[in-house]
Amino acid sequence: MSAELQEHFDETIAREQRIEPRDWMPEGYRKTLVRQIAQHAHSEIIGMQPEGTWITRAPSLRRKAILFAKVQDEAGHGLYLYSAAETLGADRADLTERLIEGRQKYSSIFNYPTPTFADVGVIGWFVDGAAICNQVPLCRSSYGPYARAMVRICKEESFHQRQGYELLMTMMRGTVAQREMVQDAVDRWWWPSLMMFGPPDQESPNSAQSMNWKIKRHSNDELRQRFVDMTVPQAEKLGVTLPDPELRWNATRGRYDFGTPDWAELKRVISGDGPCNAERVARRRSAHEEGAWVREAATAHAAKQAALSNEGAAA
Amino acid sequence: MNEPQENTQGSKDGWPLYEVFVRGKRGLNHVHVGSLHAADDRMALTHARDLYTRRNEGVSIWVVRSENIAATTRGEKDPFFDPSADKVYRHPTFYDIPDDVPHI
Repeated sequence: MSAELQEHFDETIAREQRIEPRDWMPEGYRKTLVRQIAQHAHSEIIGMQPEGTWITRAPSLRRKAILFAKVQDEAGHGLYLYSAAETLGADRADLTERLIEGRQKYSSIFNYPTPTFADVGVIGWFVDGAAICNQVPLCRSSYGPYARAMVRICKEESFHQRQGYELLMTMMRGTVAQREMVQDAVDRWWWPSLMMFGPPDQESPNSAQSMNWKIKRHSNDELRQRFVDMTVPQAEKLGVTLPDPELRWNATRGRYDFGTPDWAELKRVISGDGPCNAERVARRRSAHEEGAWVREAATAHAAKQAALSNEGAAA
Repeated sequence: MNEPQENTQGSKDGWPLYEVFVRGKRGLNHVHVGSLHAADDRMALTHARDLYTRRNEGVSIWVVRSENIAATTRGEKDPFFDPSADKVYRHPTFYDIPDDVPHI
């Protein structure tokens, strides 16, 4: 029986059809997906913080409204993804606990600080740009609910990247101090953004299995290369310098050559020792714990209303 | 639909899981777009609006507790659908009509 189920699963994947929640699937496939989708959801939720801190200090009402909408989108993306994880049998409250207890990870990029408003622009340009490179192929991921969540997310992500780039163009037309602020943010975010694609292929042991299962469509290094190729001309247009002396066009490959990110730094930040790891998780924990009374009150109200309407029906 | 459905009570939060269906515009059916947790129906609708229609994606929303959805058994090779498999005469292509008969 199990061999037949496995065969049916393999055929479905091979035919480029989607696996749906009610289908039989190997336990490894389910576990890999729950881990990946949960990490992805946590990243969206934690990702609200670095930019959210600028909402009250945005320089104009226009920028404030845009930033508000963007951060609200990140919350929405997190919820689409938690919803997808739940189709695999994961429990929402359990996932939240895993995040605030440090038992599940989120993207290393959100553990860097945002000291200036230019960071808001650079996050939109680099971080959301990198997310687009990662996420567009995930729209064809083999697991239906994950792929569908990614379609929704990708539609919204383009606004994020464009508002960031436009913000930076505006600052680049401003004072010398503003231009320096943009360059400083570019210098700080470039390498961490390249690290978002994960370790190099030879050090990413789970990638091959994920690609066989068609959860993932391209290797970390391929996606990183795409991001560099996409971003270099945008940097030239903007008038900033990317902080990599090895960055140059390779006419033979038809792609840019670039330097090696500091993989030791990535390991440090992933394992909890980044500039803001403790702060981010503490903030998420306090939001969750301080919201407990609201959740309890809503539950009590719902129970009371249900009881009242039952009485009404009986009378 | 969300499966398995043992989780629909939203264990620790106490907020049950709802499935959300959105009518994109007049003339279209409601389509399943995902799920969310809410304390009651009214909150489920408000959350569904905020989560699934931030950019005019809908003109009407249905929410239903996930546990109230009845569904067919798992798998595409479900024998449940067998009755439709052997009735080719239900399709217009089953019938040979000469090419020179117009409008048919």
